[in-house]
Parts: sequence; C-alpha cells; structure tokens
Amino acid sequence: MNGRQIGDVILDLQNISLRFGGVKALTNISFDVREHEIRAIIGPNGAGKSSMLNVINGVYHPQEGRIVFHGEERRRMEPHMAAMQGIARTFQNIALFKGMSVLDNIMTGRITKMKSNFIEQAIHIGRAQREELEHRKKVEEVIDFLEIQHIRKTPVGRLPYGLQKRVELARALAAEPSMLLLDEPMAGMNVEEKQDMCRFILDVNDQLGTTIVLIEHDMGVVMDISDRVVVLDYGKKIGDGTPDDVRNNEEVISAYLGVAH
Amino acid sequence: MPDTASRALDTFPRLLFYHAQVRGERVAMREKDLGIWQSWTWADVAEHVRALACGLAALGFKRGDNLAIIGDNRPRLYMMMTAVQCLGGVPVPLYQDAVGAEMLFVLQDAGVRFALAEDQEQVDKLLEIKEQLPSLEHIVYDDPRGMRHYTQPFIHDIEELMAMGRIHHQNHPDFLDAEVEQGRTDDVSVMLYTSGTTGKPKGVCQTHHAFISSARGGCEFDKLSDREDILSYLPMAWVGDHLFSFAQAQVAGFTINCPESGDTVMTDLREIGPTYYFAPPRVFENLLTQVMIRMEDASAIKQKLFHYFMAVARRCGAEILDGKSVGFGDRLAYALGNLLVYGPLKNVLGMSRIRVAYTAGAAIGPDLFRFYRSIGINLKQLYGQTETCAYVCLQPDGQIKLDSVGMPAPGVEVRIADNGEILVKGPMLLKGYYKRPDATAESINADGYFMTGDAGFFDDEGHLKIIDRAKDVGKLANGAMFAPNYIENKLKFFPYIKEAVCFGHDRDQVCAFINIDVGAVGNWAERRGIAYSGYADLAGKKEVYDLIQECVEKINTELVQEGMLADSQVHRFLVLHKELDPDDDELTRTRKVRRGFISEKYAVLINALYGGKASQYIETEVKFEDGRRGKVAADLQIRDARTIPVVKAAASRKAA
Repeated sequence: MNGRQIGDVILDLQNISLRFGGVKALTNISFDVREHEIRAIIGPNGAGKSSMLNVINGVYHPQEGRIVFHGEERRRMEPHMAAMQGIARTFQNIALFKGMSVLDNIMTGRITKMKSNFIEQAIHIGRAQREELEHRKKVEEVIDFLEIQHIRKTPVGRLPYGLQKRVELARALAAEPSMLLLDEPMAGMNVEEKQDMCRFILDVNDQLGTTIVLIEHDMGVVMDISDRVVVLDYGKKIGDGTPDDVRNNEEVISAYLGVAH
Repeated sequence: MPDTASRALDTFPRLLFYHAQVRGERVAMREKDLGIWQSWTWADVAEHVRALACGLAALGFKRGDNLAIIGDNRPRLYMMMTAVQCLGGVPVPLYQDAVGAEMLFVLQDAGVRFALAEDQEQVDKLLEIKEQLPSLEHIVYDDPRGMRHYTQPFIHDIEELMAMGRIHHQNHPDFLDAEVEQGRTDDVSVMLYTSGTTGKPKGVCQTHHAFISSARGGCEFDKLSDREDILSYLPMAWVGDHLFSFAQAQVAGFTINCPESGDTVMTDLREIGPTYYFAPPRVFENLLTQVMIRMEDASAIKQKLFHYFMAVARRCGAEILDGKSVGFGDRLAYALGNLLVYGPLKNVLGMSRIRVAYTAGAAIGPDLFRFYRSIGINLKQLYGQTETCAYVCLQPDGQIKLDSVGMPAPGVEVRIADNGEILVKGPMLLKGYYKRPDATAESINADGYFMTGDAGFFDDEGHLKIIDRAKDVGKLANGAMFAPNYIENKLKFFPYIKEAVCFGHDRDQVCAFINIDVGAVGNWAERRGIAYSGYADLAGKKEVYDLIQECVEKINTELVQEGMLADSQVHRFLVLHKELDPDDDELTRTRKVRRGFISEKYAVLINALYGGKASQYIETEVKFEDGRRGKVAADLQIRDARTIPVVKAAASRKAA
C-alpha cells in the first residue's frame, strides 16, 4: 500500500434513516468514504448492510438524511444515474446472465458508455462498429487484469461459483467506476478463492485507484484489507474507525464478534 | 551490419540477423495479448534483440556473464536469449513454477549477475532470496503489472532497458555488430539445468554448434520449412522447448506462437492450428482422457458412430498413414470416418494442420500412440536428453514402430554397452557440466561417448527400444528382470490411473502404489452415483479399489505373455490418499517419479505391502501452493491382485 494516497471525502452520508412501513432498516447513520480507500461495512445478519449499499447506489431512497457525492447533495436518484456517476456494484447473490458468455456479460458493463443508438447497433456499421471495437478492447483489459482469459467464451452458468464472482467483478470494472460497491464478494468461497479475490480487490484499489466500499462477513479478510470499517447493528451505527479501533471496541465485540456469557 | 548472408551461420545471433535480411517481413513470433494475436516479424525481432542487447551492455553486461530467464513462454523472453548470446553471455532459463528456495541453488550455482523475470510473481521470488545471492545485480521484468511501487534501483522495466539500448545503439552504432562478430560457434549458447532425478541439478552447457547441428539435422529429417507454425507452451527451461521453439525456429526460420496464459493453451492450440507440434506423453494422455470423458456424455448415436469408426481406425488408420497397402473397403470406411469422426475430432484437438508431431520425455503407452496415429496425426517419438540437445533418435516417416524410439538421427552415433546401457556420440553432445568437471568426466567415457544411463537394445531393423533407466532395471529375488518404469507405463495408460510406482528389486514379488486420475475416476463415480467428499475419500472407496484392481489384473495378463517380464506381475497394490506432487518432492518438475525419495517417505506402506497386512495407517506432510505445510492422514487398504501362474513362462525360459 506504499504508493496509494487516500484523498478527500467523496461520499458523505449524513443522518440517514430508511424505513419500510413500520420497519426501521437504518436509523440515523452517518459515515463518509474517502477517495481511494477501502471502506468495509460489517455487522450481523439483518444489520442493514445491504440496505446501506442500496441507499448509496440509489435503489432505496432514505426518508431522512443527506447524501453528498463529490461535493454535490444528491436529490432523489435512480440506480442507472448512480452508474452514470461512476458507481458500480456486485451483488450478494450473483446477478449475471447465466446463458451468456463471460465476454458478453462483461460487455454489458459498458452499456452506460455506449453512444450509438440501437438502430446503428442493429445495422452494425460506422460508429457502432468502431464503438464496439473500443469497448471490446476495454473489456479485454479487464479480462487480462482479472486473469479470466481461459473462460472468455464460456457460458457463465457453467462456471464454478468463485469464477462467477470474479466475472461479476469484471462486469463492474468494465464500467470504469470511480467507486465500487461489493456486496459480500467472498461469501461461499474456499480459502484459495478468497485469497485470489482479496488480491484482485487490492489490485483494483491500488492500480486503478478505485474507491471500494465492501460488505464482508469474513473478519480476517475485512481486518486485512480495509482502511476503515463501519459497524452496523439493528440498523444503527455502533462503531467506526480503523480495523484496530473496531477490533477493540467493546460494543462491537459484544454485538458482532461475540461475548462470553 | 556485416553482410551476414555471406558468413557462416554458425551462431544464433548470426542466424537471427540473416533471417531479418532474407525474410524480414515474415512473422517470427506471435503472442495472444488482450484477446488478439500480436505478431513480430523477423525484422522486428532483430530490432528488439538489438535494443535488448545494447541495453544489457549499457547496464554493464560482460562477455561470459550468465543471465537467468524466469517466466512463461513469451516473445521477449525468447528475444532476450538471443540478446544475451549477441554479447557472448549465456542465458539460463529456469522452471517458472519453482518456488524461490528451489531457484536459489541454480541461481547460486550459475552465479547470475542479471535476471529477466516475467512478472511481479517472479520478481518477488527473486527478492525473497536476493540476500543469499550476492552475485545478482540487476532484475529486469517483462510485465509491468503491479510493479509500480518497486522503487529499488536495480529493478528495471524491459521497455526502459530497450530504450536505454536504443540510445546506446545511436551512440555506438558499430558496437553490437562487433560483439556478434566475436561470437564463436563453440561458445556456450545456453545452460539448461537437468531436472535432478538424482541429486542436485547440474548445469548442462551446450554450444551454438551443438544446438544448431541438432536443429539442422531435425529440420532436414522432417523437411521443416520456414512455413511451419509451432505452439511454444512448454517450460523454456526444458531442452525440448529450447530445441523446437528456439533452435529449430532460428535455423529453419519458422513461426513460434506463445499462448495467452497457461490456462488457455487448448484454445490457443485450436486457433493457431500448428503444423509442427511437440508435447510430452502426459499432454496427449490428458487430451485423450478428455475426449473419452466427453464421449461418455455424448448421445447414443454419437457414441455408436465414434466407437464404430474408431474400430475402423484401429484396424487400418496407422497403416494408411504409413502408406502401406490397405484393402479398398477399409480405405472407403476410413475416408468416411475421416469425414464424420476423425476430421472433426482433429479439429477440436487443434491438430487439423499438423504435419509432424513429436513426443518424448517419458515412454508413451502403445495404445495411446496408436490412437493418434490411427486418426491420421503423424505422431512420432524421439529420444534424447538435455545433455544431447534432445537429439539422439527419431522415428522416420512411414517406419513407425509403436514400442521403439526410431533410428539414430543424422550425425549421431549410438552404441549399446555390454550392460545394456545406451551410449551416444555426435556434434550434439554437451560441452560439459557447469563447474563440474568431475560429473562431466563421469558421464563421458574414454572413447568420447556420452553414457545416457538408459538401458535399451536395437531390434532387427535397427530401431532402438528403450526398456528403462539402466540403474532402475533391477532384479527380483529369483533373478528375473524387473523394469519398474515399463510396468508403471502400462498401468498409467488406463485413464483412471494417473501415476504408479512399482517396487520389486530384490523382492520376491512386485507391489505397486497407484494414484487415481481424479477427473476420470470422479466422472466414473458420479455416473454410478457414488458420493465422495474429496480426493482421499474417493481414492479409498471400495468401488474405486475394484476398478483399479481390474486394471492391475489386466496388465498382469499382458505381462505374463512377455516372457522375460512374466515374473513382474503386480501381486499387491494400494491406492494412495494424496496425489504425488512436485511440490512435495515426490515428482520432478517434469513429472518423473522420484523412486528413492518415495520409497523412503512411504517406507511404512511398502512394509505393509510386503508384510501381508490388509490396511495401513499413514500420515503425510503436504506443502500447499502458498508454501504452508499441512498433514493428511488416511487408513489405506491393501489389495491382492489376481496373478497368472508363471510356471509355463518359466519353463519356456529354461527351454530357451
């Protein structure tokens, strides 16, 4: 991590509260994300972690609170607008097109960058063709980066779980995001797959300079790779700081890491 | 530039600059990068080599220095070899999958001052052991990924090196030509370390003359032109790759193709469709196993079609390839089979354009060999070792015998010593082992023959037949010959058996360790609804033991028919709970069995085999890919295999 410079706050969440009818998913949560950092969100099941990510990329609209992204207060927005602003994500349950090849799946990540209209694309001449070549080049760079050349043409449904997760990351990266939201990128992986994924996350952060917000249950992973950790429990923030701070926080220990009774 | 065309083309740099002149626009190298095949013409390669060589000179590379090359087959790694040779240095390719500690010995022994590492992974390995390598002054890397934060002044990007070289060339335009001019044909051109089946690796010094003579002989023998395409995917440290992808390509002027990554070789093979192909038997074996597994999953009609036409091919395919006379009916059936089965199959394997394919490195099962020949792939065997540039015997077209390695290659003299050992002499012999005159003296006898350590004999038509390593050929307690490799190869031809180790020297019977092929056996088990949790569990299943027992008993019936080997039938066997692995020192990097090490490590199992026990508990240490160690334990069953009484065979031997 020697060359990476953590910059200013680019995403500031202030007093966010989110309710579904009578259910309080998030209550008065504030935290920020700095440029180029790896920010982890942890917490027990149902703590509101995924809801938090959904708030960040505009799937859910909090009833209260302010979201400031790149210095601008965000009004009501939709997920595709978040994508346009450079926020990409992966999902807890893999959300790929199972019947499509790895390459085609990753190409869909370029959708926000395509300028040619659908008639041009249907005829596939001129601008559409030039554009496709450019996008394919970018996609190939991502394939090279994540070392998945050997499965380029394989339908995603035939791949083992760990590789599917990697393809999902590739699709998110193809959008050249400035901020990447990863929802449990390592869930259900074996040790070796986790190691690979950690390395890729660190590489993305280090070499592409992408800011990363991730939810993860594997405490070893979280403590190893994140710069700062925010801890949620029952929709409330109970801890925020460096991995060491969080590890030593009494409230966090009792809520999440377990306490001797 | 000197007028290279008129000079003797007796060193690799001269060959390169000659090709750049006469076929400068033809493609010399290809590599798939970012999904697209990139090409370098001979002129491009010459320019790159010039830049690399001048860059090295600017860094202080001197005549006689050694430069280590560590990485997958990539164009700039091959170019670096020639660049080093331009300056009168010696490239030392290393096996790229070795861990740092394993490389240390070779790097220390060779006293390398410079190293070219493919990527961050290899650079990290070098940095890890750099403290113990006082001679290492500069590390150059090929792939900049992840290298941004390496600020040590002795680490250089290869692009930087070439930029330095280009400036150097502008300032001293005559420098490199003069250096190339100084090169002599009997200079050492490369140092290849033996894989070390026995003891520490030794550096084999080969001259330009040796490799150029071998390459020239091979090219003439198989009529290779500058139109060939070869896929370069085997480790650069291996003599076979150096002969085929470097020496022969430079002599004949054909194109080498580097795969995109180690995992994409199969796809790349299909895309390139090489005309000239080299693979160790293991690769051909894996391909066939894959085909067979996929055939089992195919529809009934396809299976029927496949089996029918494979029977036709077995009957007459090899004969048709050899140009022998075959009946009209068979010829017609074969042509139809070619249209429906063999053609598409070859296409899937990426072998449609192959004119000549070679295999070597270990004995190939006769059935396996016949399979490829019968579907029309001109697969041949060759015989040689690192010390002889992998060039001793070749099988001539049209005279292929399944169990021989062919006739002595042009310019090579082969003799059989009294104890059965094969002795060879010719221009391809090594100059010596690096800093090991004792070992050199031991391996070359008074008449100048290299002692191969292999036992073999010539048949009536002058084809050489290899039995085993001379020192491995042992005797059973009753005095009958015991050739473990021979039996193991027979076992390994079953798709379910990946590796086998036989014991029997000075014993009254032969026993064996078996390693299952987890792909083939796993598929077989799934088909039968046998549930298993992992390798060890699968290996210990009763059904799997039954399956392996069938295989063992089948080779027993074969062995009993081979007179002198009838006593070598396998009496007892067990299935190992872990795969034999180079990381645990059980196999060499070229996947040859390290017999001595295994018999020490698993002594308790051998005792159980010969002690008549029905099972044995064992705990083994294993090394994981990241260098951590762990233990696996299992209670292994031991089975008796049915053997055929050898009274008859023994009687006939007495009669003879």
